[in-house]
Amino acid sequence: MRRIKVLVAKPALDGHDRGVLVLAKAFRDAGMEVLYAGLLPTPEKVARIAVDEDVDVVALSLHNSAHLTAFPEVKKWLEKLGAKDIQVVGGGIIPPEDRKKLEKLGITGNFGPGTPLNKIIEHVRKAAMKKWKLESSGR
Amino acid sequence: MQDSRAGEDNRENNGVIKDRTNSSGFKLKECYYPEDVSGIYEEKLGRPGEYPFTRGIHRNMYRGKLWTMRMFSGFGTPEDTNRRLKMLLSHGETGLSIAFDMPTLYGIDATSKRAHGEVGKCGVNVSSLKDMEVIFDGIPLDKISTSMTINAPANILTAMYIAVAEKQGVPQRELSGTVQADILKEYIAQKEWLYPPEAHMRIIRDMMVYCTRNMPKWNYISISGYHIREAGASPVQELAFTLADGFEYVKLGINSGLDVDSFAPRLSFFFNSSISFFEEIAKFRAARRIWAREMKETFGAKNPRSMMLRFHTQTSGYSLTWQQPLNNVVRTTIEALAAVLGGTQSLHTNSYDEAWALPSDQAVELALRTQQIIAYETGIPDVVDPLGGSYYIENLTDRMEEEAYKYFRKIDALGGILNAIKSGYIQREIAATSYIHQKKVESGEIKIIGVNMFQKENEEPINILKVDLRAERKQKMRLREVKAARDENEVRRSLERLREAYEGDGNSMPFVIDAVKKYATLEEIASVGREVFGDWKEPAIL
Repeated sequence: MRRIKVLVAKPALDGHDRGVLVLAKAFRDAGMEVLYAGLLPTPEKVARIAVDEDVDVVALSLHNSAHLTAFPEVKKWLEKLGAKDIQVVGGGIIPPEDRKKLEKLGITGNFGPGTPLNKIIEHVRKAAMKKWKLESSGR
Repeated sequence: MQDSRAGEDNRENNGVIKDRTNSSGFKLKECYYPEDVSGIYEEKLGRPGEYPFTRGIHRNMYRGKLWTMRMFSGFGTPEDTNRRLKMLLSHGETGLSIAFDMPTLYGIDATSKRAHGEVGKCGVNVSSLKDMEVIFDGIPLDKISTSMTINAPANILTAMYIAVAEKQGVPQRELSGTVQADILKEYIAQKEWLYPPEAHMRIIRDMMVYCTRNMPKWNYISISGYHIREAGASPVQELAFTLADGFEYVKLGINSGLDVDSFAPRLSFFFNSSISFFEEIAKFRAARRIWAREMKETFGAKNPRSMMLRFHTQTSGYSLTWQQPLNNVVRTTIEALAAVLGGTQSLHTNSYDEAWALPSDQAVELALRTQQIIAYETGIPDVVDPLGGSYYIENLTDRMEEEAYKYFRKIDALGGILNAIKSGYIQREIAATSYIHQKKVESGEIKIIGVNMFQKENEEPINILKVDLRAERKQKMRLREVKAARDENEVRRSLERLREAYEGDGNSMPFVIDAVKKYATLEEIASVGREVFGDWKEPAIL
């Protein structure tokens, strides 16, 4: 079976990397190929890495309340770079009403603290399947 | 609702009771006895207020003076924060503690593109001296002490505080307070730096030397384990890595020509108190004993004040759950209790809504009341180190100390803490602990009420504080006004002089103060350093 390629990133001024490092290890243990965008990448940089590396899913995490501006910005850049099919999933300290706003913009998951890793892994798998489906249908 | 696990049988299939291991990885005995405690009482414990200060740094501890109730706060605009600080003071808070937003922590102005969406979100925004003037408007800086959680740009914020006080007519020698300025732990945890480690250490050296000479009541480094723990370290890792950082600052002071007793009393600590109740208490006691011994024996301190480990405590944000948020009131209470039983000098209690957002007024008030109930209703502060002599606590204190020394030896073997950080060793140790912890949560070995035990189907939303983009607009406008009103030539000259100071080896602090007073912005000042020192990319952790 094809291996899922996922980019984990914190696309803002946020050095609280405990969650993102745990996720990266968990995705790797789940058999995925994992890239980490390093500290403080801009949304544009995250999108460029995603496109250059041809990832299936971009998994974003923020704990600094910048999700409503930073997550959509990544999505926007992916579209600008012609990679609409790359799926964007999110997580962090995200209040429920913000979750709905992000969903509407096509950013899925938006998991809060305490979400079981398996649930997140499953969600990323589904997101990757969706991307592959879009690929095979010629986008 | 009954949960099937209530009254759980802890025996495994063969009828043997499972082993218990604490979060530092020590296997626990069922009960502790006199033979579990070794050594001579006077050497290991002694009296409170006396070397090695295991039982506390003051003879009568909280009878003489309660801990300072210091609530970390800041959000939105300087006006919003000024209002919150005044509210806390009116509720009986006894010291201020300022939280800055992410752009401020990274030395970026509100008008910068990178600040978009982050202004005022995680703390108050400070882009120039003007903002600090508003934050402290009507707050007498000669009467109140202020703690500022600022690291990479700590020299700039210290300079701004000096300048605000001067405008209030308060000379810098009378200012009392603390800046965190612990850059080593930034490379280990939190990860908010501007320049490479050596450049930041040099700037800290300048601050140490300047403040030792000019600001006798200013604590210029708060050596922090808090973030190290939040990043995933165990209690013993928090203890070891924090003290190792502390020793490095002591060496820095000595190497810059200061007498150890002239600066060591100004170094203070900042620890985490999480949910591992007895380990937290033992950690605080072990920290005091190790620090006292190393200051005396390794660094040659003569003044007992140099050997006293003073510390601030914050309850653990990580231990708070998004699920069933009111349960967090209970967690915070237990953690605050551990801090008090461990002999803290000041305390911040987290609010129950902090896994959702920045705390609301109501949640902050309840968190402060939690401390007040412990202080005034329980009788707990009446007796010094009430758990001293408990076979278990003393054994745990000894174990903490032993394990911390194992890490010190390992760090020495790696060539010191700076090298251990630059090679990524410390960061990888923490990431490994954090991943193991998470896996234990997943498997149910570590139990968290509402998360992997006694869950509820539907969470009822709570009222939370919202910071919208209005703060950003207001801050941008203010900064434009500041720039329009200042003398550009003076700003340029002050930044040029700072550049020369950074390029040379003299003390840069007076030049930072000068630039701040000319209303050079935070980012303009930080950028001089960026140009001179360059930036820093962390080693691979994964």
